[in-house]
Amino acid sequence: MSDATLSFEEAMENFDPVLGFEVHVELNTKTKMFDAAPNEFGDVPNSNTTPVSLGLPGVLPVVNKKAVESAVRLGLALNCSIAPVSHFARKNYFYPDTPKNFQTSQYDEPIAFDGEITIELEDGTPFTIEIERAHMEEDAGKLTHKGGATGRIQGAEFSLVDYNRAGVPLIEIVTKPIVGAGDRAPELARAYVTAIRELVKSLGISDARMERGNVRCDANVSLMPKGAEVFGTRSETKNVNSLRAVERAVRYEIQRHAAVLSSGGSIVQETRHWHEDTRSTTSGRPKSDADDYRYFPEPDLVPVMPDPAWIEQLRAELPEPPAERRKKLKAEWGYSDEEFRDVVNAGVLDEIESTVAAGAGAGAARKWWMGEIARLANVKGVEIAELGVTPAHVVEIESLIGAKTINDKIAKQVIGHIADGEGGPAQIVEARSLAVVSDDGVLITAIDDAMAQMPDVVAKVQGGKVQAVGALIGPVMKATRGQADAGRVRELILEKLGVS
Amino acid sequence: MTQNIVELTAAELAQKLADREITSVEAVQAHLDRISATDGEPLDAGSRSAGRSGLNAFLHVNTEEALTVAAEVDAARDRGEELHELAGVPIAVKDLIVTKGQPTTAASKMLEGWMSPYDGTVTQRLRAARMPMLGKTNLDEFAMGSTTEHSAFGVTRNPWDLSRIPGGSGGGSAAAVASFQAPLALGTDTGGSIRQPAAVTGSVGVKPTYGSVSRYGVIAMASSLDQVGPCSRTVLDSALLHEVVGGHDPQDSTSLTDPATGYAAAARAGAAEGGLKGLRVGVLKDLTGEGFQAGVEQRFREAVELLREAGAEVVEVETPNFRYALGAYYLIMSSEVSSNLAKYDGVRFGRRTLPDDGHLTIERVMAATRAAGFGPEVKRRTILGTYALSAGYYDAYYGSAQKVRTLVQRDFKAAFETCDVLVSPTSPTTAFPLGSVDEHADPMEMYLNDIATIPTNLAGVPAISLPAGLAPEDGLPVGVQFMAPARQDARLYHVGGGLEALLTQANGGPIWKDLPDVVRAVQDLSDANVPGATEGAAR
Repeated sequence: MSDATLSFEEAMENFDPVLGFEVHVELNTKTKMFDAAPNEFGDVPNSNTTPVSLGLPGVLPVVNKKAVESAVRLGLALNCSIAPVSHFARKNYFYPDTPKNFQTSQYDEPIAFDGEITIELEDGTPFTIEIERAHMEEDAGKLTHKGGATGRIQGAEFSLVDYNRAGVPLIEIVTKPIVGAGDRAPELARAYVTAIRELVKSLGISDARMERGNVRCDANVSLMPKGAEVFGTRSETKNVNSLRAVERAVRYEIQRHAAVLSSGGSIVQETRHWHEDTRSTTSGRPKSDADDYRYFPEPDLVPVMPDPAWIEQLRAELPEPPAERRKKLKAEWGYSDEEFRDVVNAGVLDEIESTVAAGAGAGAARKWWMGEIARLANVKGVEIAELGVTPAHVVEIESLIGAKTINDKIAKQVIGHIADGEGGPAQIVEARSLAVVSDDGVLITAIDDAMAQMPDVVAKVQGGKVQAVGALIGPVMKATRGQADAGRVRELILEKLGVS
Repeated sequence: MTQNIVELTAAELAQKLADREITSVEAVQAHLDRISATDGEPLDAGSRSAGRSGLNAFLHVNTEEALTVAAEVDAARDRGEELHELAGVPIAVKDLIVTKGQPTTAASKMLEGWMSPYDGTVTQRLRAARMPMLGKTNLDEFAMGSTTEHSAFGVTRNPWDLSRIPGGSGGGSAAAVASFQAPLALGTDTGGSIRQPAAVTGSVGVKPTYGSVSRYGVIAMASSLDQVGPCSRTVLDSALLHEVVGGHDPQDSTSLTDPATGYAAAARAGAAEGGLKGLRVGVLKDLTGEGFQAGVEQRFREAVELLREAGAEVVEVETPNFRYALGAYYLIMSSEVSSNLAKYDGVRFGRRTLPDDGHLTIERVMAATRAAGFGPEVKRRTILGTYALSAGYYDAYYGSAQKVRTLVQRDFKAAFETCDVLVSPTSPTTAFPLGSVDEHADPMEMYLNDIATIPTNLAGVPAISLPAGLAPEDGLPVGVQFMAPARQDARLYHVGGGLEALLTQANGGPIWKDLPDVVRAVQDLSDANVPGATEGAAR
């Protein structure tokens, strides 16, 4: 049974939303947070494990230094203070995806705290979000519940556990309560997660692929009567794992809260689950401040004490903040607002930047990355970056086109062959004999054939309807398997018919 | 010949191996024979929990592998290979330390039948030194207890009197070295589990500085207190073993970077003429007097007197916060226990017990497994620790206990400003009869055994226990304990070696010259205890 909701507009007339986000970022370190098992997605279940990640008797954790480095860099990029001393704690709870039945996490002493990030809403309006903390912890394993109708643990006959993910390093970024977003709250939610995703990607600390759970968002929503200052009771919607879902889930929860509050009810502090199919949330388990994880300092680990000089070195080496970089690139490339937004949303900023840097024009770079390459990635269901087409390939294709060795149509075929792993553009053009036919003799033979078959068309052209020449070009192109330069074919036909 | 071999200390045996007087295979076989002659027969063929009719020091005897390793050492020696000083010297390992190729149970039904797929760091180091492992020794379940009566696989008996406790938790390792089943053993000490058994069995036991020996592969009881250490009959032997297993381990974040060297040299230097001259020894006023058995006090005073005569400066030291140590220890230890033992849930390894009614959910399987797999003492401490860490109680219990811990550390720091080492009896009493502590009525009675050993665990400082003679009233061994500042383990071997030499001289030989004939006592006990009449011995 679904919950009652108010229309969003009605909700906004009476209430102010307060948001809060906990974003978990999986790091792309080579090994796990506390042991030497590989940190790899998609491997055979339970193959990326050691006695440590399985929590066997006698094992001990050791902190991954690279993960600490990533946490410090992210903390700095979020304008946080970096704690000179921070500790790990044990969060105790029994659940089979957690091999030790406790999660090792930072509790009251996070490595980074008190930061802020300024994000841009769709129309470019800046909004500053305060960061409470960013702390390190380990991921849990993955449970697959079998035999039930819902795929959830309730009603399942049995469950499978994959500990490959158990112990993968996570950074959890927690915002302070976000007030003042008003009816732009859903949009802001999406913009915030987009900004975090972009940030961790630019730092190179995470693959940041939401569909793989590299970036996972828990969204807290509460409402207070318009003008009030005391926050309402919040709900926490878990694992909202796409940008679109974040926006929708926040909007839905605002509408649901508004319906409950308007009818005189009160909000239960609880975990909610987002369902993309019904675009609604359902109640998870009740969550209250009485949840008792029996936190205590992890006695098997020593405090994390990053050297101040190292922190300063990492600060100096931070990449340009994404927003500034975008502003700069947009101006350099001369894209329209819409063009640039599409490029950003497609996630090909890096590719276009490299392509332009390697000598291609900004327009051409956008044409290929947003065109054939994006289309092919979509067809194959992979990320653009994984297609196997590189900026260097695009530059090479552009220069082959410039030299009239190939045309745009052939270039698209070449891109397909690159994606199939056949090598670089020139190599493919050579191996597959794809170069444009530039031998007029071959073209003239094909033209003669075409004219012989279509005397009516020939008559039309000769009669002054020059545009009818296209009907003759088609068969010629077909005869040369598209490898003729259509412009040259047109020239030759017109020349032959004496209409030029 | 066999009898002679087992009575050799590890250092003597190593020398004879090096001199090719005997082979490692002979040495290992002699100890295996001694184990079969003294450990007894299973009391109930159908159930391991009844234990064995004799000492029952071993939960697993590693006959084949020990002989194979010994044969390899002998062959290597024949080829003239350079070998570690202790290569070929057999050793027993407390069954809390994981070992590839041998079962590891922690003396719990929870891990019965479990084989570790990996070796602990200390086990790897024993293998690297090519020391044959004789087997795994008995203990209180998950090292929780002071008598070894809480083993799921039967009590271990004290070789000095088979009706008495061997101490705990490491009663198996202590009984094994005291009864010549092994020249060396590894133990673990969280609140006295190496030293108290050493004291009541007339052997030597060392709790090194926290972090001196890697805990990787040691089944955790209380992580901030646990430490692996040596058990032996002489101070020098413990020093030699400490050098084998100690030193930095990158797999243990709490491991010190100090190299584990110079211990044997310190033991020898302390035993040399005039070795104790000028040493400042502090007698802990708070760990003598009331609650300490008269004979224990007497032997302790005599030992201190020997130190004074040998030129040591003896002063009395006050440690006012030690009186809170026991309470703090039981909160910190049980809190860590409650978390460390959470992994035993039947999901990934070890025992899995299904609920009787067949209604299976993950919570019910976990609960049934833990109900069936853990013994009462483990449950008691898990419940206590869970409570102590609960929201609303944390500050009052765990938080306060950590403050006491800081105060105990300050007491030590102040004491070490005026003293090189501190000294106290190791245990308030000699070995008491099996079954005499009714912890169901009052567990504190058992916990009080650890009153003198616990402060060092709280502070992380090292301590050694060595025999101070036999108590006049019961003829049972008394232990004396030295404590040193953190990372000054060598100082313990120095003063320990010194006192041991003085006592040997004063008593006309080592303490074990008075050990009763264990083989015969075991035989008598077995004859008296035909199956079905075992309760009398255990209670």
